[in-house]
Amino acid sequence: MGVPVVEAVGVTKRFGATVALREAGITVEAGESHALVGRNGAGKSTLVSLLTGLQQPDAGSIRFAGEPAPAVGDTAAWRGKVACVYQRSTVVPDLTVAENLFLNRQSVNRQSSNRQGGSALRPIRWRALRARAAELLAEYGVDVDPGARIARLTVEQRQFVEIARALSFGARFIVLDEPTAKLDARGIERLFAKLRELQAQGVAFLFISHHLQEVYDLCTRVTVFRDARHILTAPVAELGHDALVEAMTGESGAPAPAGTVGMVRAGRSDAGRGAALLEVDGLTLPGSFADVSLTVCAGEVVGLAGATASGCVQLGETVAGLHRPRGGRIAVGGRGLRPGDIPAALSAGVGFVPEDRHLQGLVANRSVAENATLTVTDQLGPYGTVLPARTRAFARRMIDDLDIRTPDAVTPVAALSGGNQQKVVVARALATEPRVLVAIRPTNGVDVKSKEFLLGRFRRHADEGHAALIVSDELDDLRGCDRVVAMFHGRVAAEFPAGWSDDQVVAAMEGLTTSEQHETKERSAHGGHD
Amino acid sequence: MAATTDAGSTASGAAAPSAATATAAAPTGRRIDLARYRDLSLVPVLLVLGVIGFIVSPAFLTSANLLGVAQQSTELSLLVLGEALILITGKMDLSLESTIGVGPVVAMWLVLPSHGGRFQGLGLLPTWTAIPLCLLTGALIGAVNGFLILKLRLNGFIVTLGGLTMLRGLQVALSQGQSIVEVPNSFLYLGETSWLGAPAAVWICLVLFAVGGAALAWLRHGRALYAIGGNAEAARTAGIRVDRITWSVLVVGSVLAAFAGVLYTGHYGSISADQGSGWIFQVFAATVIGGVSLNGGKGTLFGALTGVLTLQLVVNVMTLAGVPPLWNQFLNGAIIIVALVISRYASGEKQE
Repeated sequence: MGVPVVEAVGVTKRFGATVALREAGITVEAGESHALVGRNGAGKSTLVSLLTGLQQPDAGSIRFAGEPAPAVGDTAAWRGKVACVYQRSTVVPDLTVAENLFLNRQSVNRQSSNRQGGSALRPIRWRALRARAAELLAEYGVDVDPGARIARLTVEQRQFVEIARALSFGARFIVLDEPTAKLDARGIERLFAKLRELQAQGVAFLFISHHLQEVYDLCTRVTVFRDARHILTAPVAELGHDALVEAMTGESGAPAPAGTVGMVRAGRSDAGRGAALLEVDGLTLPGSFADVSLTVCAGEVVGLAGATASGCVQLGETVAGLHRPRGGRIAVGGRGLRPGDIPAALSAGVGFVPEDRHLQGLVANRSVAENATLTVTDQLGPYGTVLPARTRAFARRMIDDLDIRTPDAVTPVAALSGGNQQKVVVARALATEPRVLVAIRPTNGVDVKSKEFLLGRFRRHADEGHAALIVSDELDDLRGCDRVVAMFHGRVAAEFPAGWSDDQVVAAMEGLTTSEQHETKERSAHGGHD
Repeated sequence: MAATTDAGSTASGAAAPSAATATAAAPTGRRIDLARYRDLSLVPVLLVLGVIGFIVSPAFLTSANLLGVAQQSTELSLLVLGEALILITGKMDLSLESTIGVGPVVAMWLVLPSHGGRFQGLGLLPTWTAIPLCLLTGALIGAVNGFLILKLRLNGFIVTLGGLTMLRGLQVALSQGQSIVEVPNSFLYLGETSWLGAPAAVWICLVLFAVGGAALAWLRHGRALYAIGGNAEAARTAGIRVDRITWSVLVVGSVLAAFAGVLYTGHYGSISADQGSGWIFQVFAATVIGGVSLNGGKGTLFGALTGVLTLQLVVNVMTLAGVPPLWNQFLNGAIIIVALVISRYASGEKQE
């Protein structure tokens, strides 16, 4: 192997009293896909900010292809070395692909296009700009119209554009910070195909993900951080799932079955099942799903699997009252639910963990206590009052119940780590002691430990005689469910009892059904439900 | 390539998380404490103004002067009360400054006789209905704003900017551009009476602020305003009826503005065609320097009230110091900017 594209040795970074990174290091070779994993707070983001020149290490050295890193603040020099594709997009959604690619260097001519600026007074030649953009995209095999507005692209296309832009600055090392968090299975496949293609051209990637399966699918080596330290670096092929999780959590001998990071499977029989708590009958929401029927019984955790476009998320949201269905019926505990009415769903006993905690789950600048009790303000005092003492007591109970790591109940949720924020959202849903809990992608962007905890908490909720519906496309979320219902293109494609294989469920989510199943589906599509 | 492992990391693994949590918690706690006192950040400013006033003129610390300042603050503070509620909910209402004028004018147009006086009313309703009519006009304006913003999903800023202009025009048209000097007695009573040695308007204002503050602190629908302003979608998924509550807040804000019109009219005994004109800048300034966020979800009514008092006291102190009134506008602008800078550093938060 030649000189590594990036090499960080013994870097330490402190923020006040907190040591964010303690003598950690990482080495990424050219053309390598290197995974960086660790629980929230392990120091991954700090390392990224050091590697991308946003911050300066207190000690240690960073070298790019053998040369020392540019000075912090020399943006142009850093751009030529490294780029980072964040969870949140750094392109301007209302501008075209071409303009985003050459932002702030629109009028620079071809010869000096790697440099910033150019004459401020030189007018932009739009036709030439588009041509150069098309050329650049073609060079890296990105199939996107340079004249399209970014807002109209899919998430992975947007990421391709960001990667292409990074490469056009001359960077041969790209940090991908949870690039798959917002993608469905197909999008991930396309992204990975593109990354492998670029890898073959010598581009190196540092891949950060909470989704360990992706690490095995894409990466050659993996580095584990824990508690601000470097724990290990090893070829992915030599490191089993258990060993990897152990390195991340620092706990050995988790008795989970090989390859599972989920909750302990219940393996209960049908006899233990109670009455039907959630009944969905012939539900239709135009543009999302049609004629879906589904039952969840007391004591049961049911998984609803499906890709982004399958309509499973919208189905979960409809049960919670976010959308008003065109046809069909939802019943909780045998009583029909007023369609499209969130307060009605809540009072009927539906708890809801929304898909995106930032957009729908949390009021970021308000306290943990306030967020956790947002659904139960009617229980916190007489005559429509909300008594602070009762709010605090209630919040403390939820904080204990869900093991939320927060300095105080009055801390704004924005100050919490992702996993703990998600626990606040779950607390909010569980606060009403719902008979039916609907959780949409409940472990999205959550560290392994919290993930395990949350899934275990859902199981406990079911064991207490309630029902839980987990909507997700992550197999780890679905592994502990009593049943998994797979959706494809707005219809129920298949149903699996516990003990399914990954291949079966993924195949059903991807619409790869046998011809027999396909026929059944067609029939039910035309003949209504009976 | 061989796996490299840090020695000793396993041993420290168990102890490290709790230590990390503790160290991370300390700075967070300090910052929040400061942020919690954000609403009080103008209190020292008020005290300093008091001291300056005391030094500048012996007339400052007299009950006549201070009650005068309080009475002059009442109309502005009611607008600020309404605007603070609306801003906390994450909306904006510019039309309040026209409501303060058009409310009383519409009421008088309906109750004053069609002949005899200088102002030609319709004389449709008995005179005692003037105040209820004025408040009703405010409620109607708020309801229409709510309809445009929440049902038609129009931009609140532009809708209420249109409302501001339109309502001002309505007032000018109804009053034919003249001041109305025949004011019903009920208006005059509220504007001129004293209860327990202080003007009635001051008491009413204090009560309204106390009621509003208590509602925001201890009522579930009051708490809901913060949730809606902080993240409307999260509030919606938590079962809060976002549109209904926002609509109510817009109506309450306009009613408060109309009531401010009653007090103002009663206080000065007439309505001029430009009553309230240009006030909205002061309203926003007082609200924002008092710690209410323009982005919603943050702030208290107490903070907003200190904002009003700061603006009024500065003018009062300057007047007593003999600064010509022509400089008032300049000083008002300057104090807004200075107060913003102070609160920016007092709270350590950016004000975007």
